[in-house]
Amino acid sequence: MKNAIRVSCNRTNLKVVRDFVNSYLATYDLSELQLNQIVLAVDEVVANLIIHANAEDESQYLQLRVTFENHTVDIEIEDDSHVAYIPSTFREPDLHEHVRQARKGGVGMALVNRIMDRVEFTTSGTHNICRLHKHIS
Amino acid sequence: MKIAQQFTDKTLTLSLDGELDASSSVLLDTELSKPDILDNEKILIDCQRLNYISSAGLGVFISHLQRFQDANTKLVFYNMQDKVHNVFEILGLDSLMTIVPSQAEAAAI
Repeated sequence: MKNAIRVSCNRTNLKVVRDFVNSYLATYDLSELQLNQIVLAVDEVVANLIIHANAEDESQYLQLRVTFENHTVDIEIEDDSHVAYIPSTFREPDLHEHVRQARKGGVGMALVNRIMDRVEFTTSGTHNICRLHKHIS
Repeated sequence: MKIAQQFTDKTLTLSLDGELDASSSVLLDTELSKPDILDNEKILIDCQRLNYISSAGLGVFISHLQRFQDANTKLVFYNMQDKVHNVFEILGLDSLMTIVPSQAEAAAI
């Protein structure tokens, strides 16, 4: 089965990416909640790369690869942006503060970090690379 | 994402149908941003056909919650699928938002 997809940096492609990851992992023995969580983690990272690192420039593309081996899901997402995207300043969100400030964003990476066992961001040349890793028990 | 509206006795019910992500959440934000929405005593969100929510969808509700509370407009979710409820739980939003199992319970609040 095809395990990679390439999409342009348009946020309407988020559904294309989710459908691809859903289809690929549907053949493995994951619960509905586990599958939804992994799809969500991918969606959050891809949305950040499309919107923040690539400013929704449709001439830019993302490449995503997913593998499932030895009860472990590994996903690699790579772009070709001139803007380095490494959320190293990430802090756990204070939800009460988000409500008071009427903030729309700032909780996506918290979801990713809580869902996945390992989240790595690196920048190589003009490439941002995110690797997501999760063991399925 | 489709959003159906129903008004009854100072209660607005929004039935969400589809997936709420960084693309589709703009539509929901537009609906919740309308000034006259605060004329309602309750806003009920029917989640039966909401198949997916990301942080962008959650962010729309987070960003309007204080405004609704200040106007004494209650925001109540019902008929939520387990996988969608799980996303609220992961973030701890289930303790900040009012989520009940059924329409009858939502109407009784």
